[in-house]
Amino acid sequence: MSNDIGEKTRAEAFMLPAEHPIQLIDENGAVQSAANSSGEPYTMPDDQELLAAYEKLVAGRRVNDQAGALVRQGKLAVYPSSHGQEACQVAAAVVLSKQDWLFPTYRDTVAVMSRGVNPVEVLTLLRGTWHAGYNPYEFNVATQATPLATQLLHAVGVAHAAKLKGEDTVVLAMCGDGATSEGDFHEALNFAAVFHVPVVFFVQNNEYAISVPLKNQSVAPSLAHKAVGYGMPGERVDGNDLAALLSVLGHAVDRARAGGGPFLVEAHTYRMQAHTNADDATRYRTDEEVQKWVSRDPVSRMQTYLSARNMFDDDAVAAIAASAEDIASALRDGMNSEPEVDPEDLFRYVYSKPTPQLQEQAAMLREEISRENSGA
Amino acid sequence: MTAVTETAAPATTTLTFAKALTAALGDAMEADKSVVMFGEDVGPLGGVFRITDGLTKRFGEERCFDTPLAEAGIMGMAVGMAMNGMRPVVEMQFDAFAYPAFEQVVSHVAKMANRTKGQVRLPMVIRIPYAGGIGGVEHHCDSSESYYVHTPGLTVVAPSTVADAYTMLREAIELNDPVVFLEPKKLYWSKEQVDLEALRAKFDGGEPDDDASIGRAVIAREGTDATLIAYGPSVPTAIAAAEAAAEEGRSLQVIDIRSIVPFDDETVTNAVRKTGRAVVIAEASGFASVASEIVARVQERCFHSLAAPVLRVTGFDIPYPAPKLEHWHLPSVDRILDAVDDLQWED
Ligand SMILES: Cc1ncc(C[n+]2csc(CCOP(=O)(O)OP(=O)(O)O)c2C)c(N)n1
Ligand SMILES: [Mg+2]
Repeated sequence: MSNDIGEKTRAEAFMLPAEHPIQLIDENGAVQSAANSSGEPYTMPDDQELLAAYEKLVAGRRVNDQAGALVRQGKLAVYPSSHGQEACQVAAAVVLSKQDWLFPTYRDTVAVMSRGVNPVEVLTLLRGTWHAGYNPYEFNVATQATPLATQLLHAVGVAHAAKLKGEDTVVLAMCGDGATSEGDFHEALNFAAVFHVPVVFFVQNNEYAISVPLKNQSVAPSLAHKAVGYGMPGERVDGNDLAALLSVLGHAVDRARAGGGPFLVEAHTYRMQAHTNADDATRYRTDEEVQKWVSRDPVSRMQTYLSARNMFDDDAVAAIAASAEDIASALRDGMNSEPEVDPEDLFRYVYSKPTPQLQEQAAMLREEISRENSGA
Repeated sequence: MTAVTETAAPATTTLTFAKALTAALGDAMEADKSVVMFGEDVGPLGGVFRITDGLTKRFGEERCFDTPLAEAGIMGMAVGMAMNGMRPVVEMQFDAFAYPAFEQVVSHVAKMANRTKGQVRLPMVIRIPYAGGIGGVEHHCDSSESYYVHTPGLTVVAPSTVADAYTMLREAIELNDPVVFLEPKKLYWSKEQVDLEALRAKFDGGEPDDDASIGRAVIAREGTDATLIAYGPSVPTAIAAAEAAAEEGRSLQVIDIRSIVPFDDETVTNAVRKTGRAVVIAEASGFASVASEIVARVQERCFHSLAAPVLRVTGFDIPYPAPKLEHWHLPSVDRILDAVDDLQWED
């Protein structure tokens, strides 16, 4: 049958992910070379850059574990840990410049803190308060999104506004593998591509959406391959390899900044702990499966590599651990003091100027509270 | 004194509701570069109702543009643009086609300011051609206001006059909070004599806050025997009912709510306390509706002044009917007058 119904369609080679996930340092700490589908190599970040990121990695791991402990002590309502995914977390933050924006999810506490936000503030939302804790404009970090994939569209909007204003801003928007099934994921990637705005979509494929494995979400060759359908490049990367993440995400950010448009990066990683403390992961995955990922740990891999490069001696390792410990201890202190809650704050920010109805309701609550306080 | 006074003739022009909206958008975009307009077919076509007519030509396709066909995408992108210094105005093509964007509206548009303790305000306007009376088919005639007014954080307005169409859209764009701007489709072609320059003058730099229309109901027609309370597409019907009643010797007052959220209890309460009788009129299905809320509020505040229970004339609790049947569904002059007759006039 002749194909005379129209032009041929061909995905541009540069949009296709490389055949294998990009890896620069393997499980044993050995150097690997990798290139994109056009044959351009991904270069190894320099040692200083890796060392600085490694410090954040160690701090991130420590905060993950500390937050887990705080939940067990009843100081934190819930914590979705990124234990095992810290390389993704750190890379997402450090590839960005000051004027750039980060759009995190509930799982991305470590990414937010790696961008400079105080962990006590980051965890405010998860303490069960009504507000997000930090001022998004202080570090250009949006609030941690809970409704899956909705934040990706906001990221497109921020980038679109930046483009219209002629600002040099790149936006990095994070989501999980499960979230790629949401309509907003599709709409965000399509909008970003059509408007050619500087957004790097960063999917942490940790193999599960709560209990549902990726094969029940998608039978695409990979999540990164979805990029081609929108007309943007996609790349897969070993999500436990900090060097590869810095290289691939760094390339995507540079490309977006230079006017190349959006980019989709899928990091292949694993959620080592349950979805949250409230979840029982033994109901849907085996210990055997989890154990397979222990040897791929992002923190020990980077430590092996940097040791082999003579980037630190025992003292330096101890210093890095001590500074992570300081962060954890400040977090414990911060969580020990009860947050100040003024019940009237519940009414204060719903509108720029509270409506007459909200003013009445606030007055009613004030009255109730003062009666309660006076023991009436 | 017989000297010739130099007062210029009042600069009134005949303007349709639709053209008033177009003028408001154009003026707002002229006044503030951060105002951008986007949606489906709003570019070169000017929107299916031509509300954005000429804006792309005048301001360029960066300021008034078509998006891919995806309402959540439009809404979510507007959230991000508003976060980053713009004042987006988005058009949902029809009331029922705004539903794909509902999650964005409820979970983010309405809540962002609260979630960030007022640090991230979303100055955006969601324009929705809304309600029936134009013989539209399914999905083109919904009165969807209840979904929005039930969501704290949204300002929800439904103008009924040409002057309010202009003024309230300008105010909505200037407000730092998100506004759901309901445009009664059947009023798009209604005409009025307005002094556009005078309307514009309110927005020349000064603070229009004090006499803002958003948040204030207006008495659309004076009357002493009973109060008809309406908004959006039902206001002209209420006025027609009042005119008909006048011929029979009954003086009906008409209140145009126009701003559903914030709701102007004061104007409504003062009015009903004087007349002692009220009927609330709205196109939307009556069950758990804005009309129900108004009845409850009036009853709570005016109980001792009421000579009769407050009644409602609303759409039936059915999916919006087919074009040939819609006149049975919509509040009509007769149905309003019947309700007025039922306000226990004997005792
Ligand atoms: C729109 C929406 N639906 C459902 C949920 C409940 N939920 C929270 S997290 C989650 C799983 C998400 O999985 P994934 O995107 O892979 O991210 P991960 O939790 O693995 O980081 C679900 C279903 C939600 N937050 N939002
Ligand atoms: Mg997942």
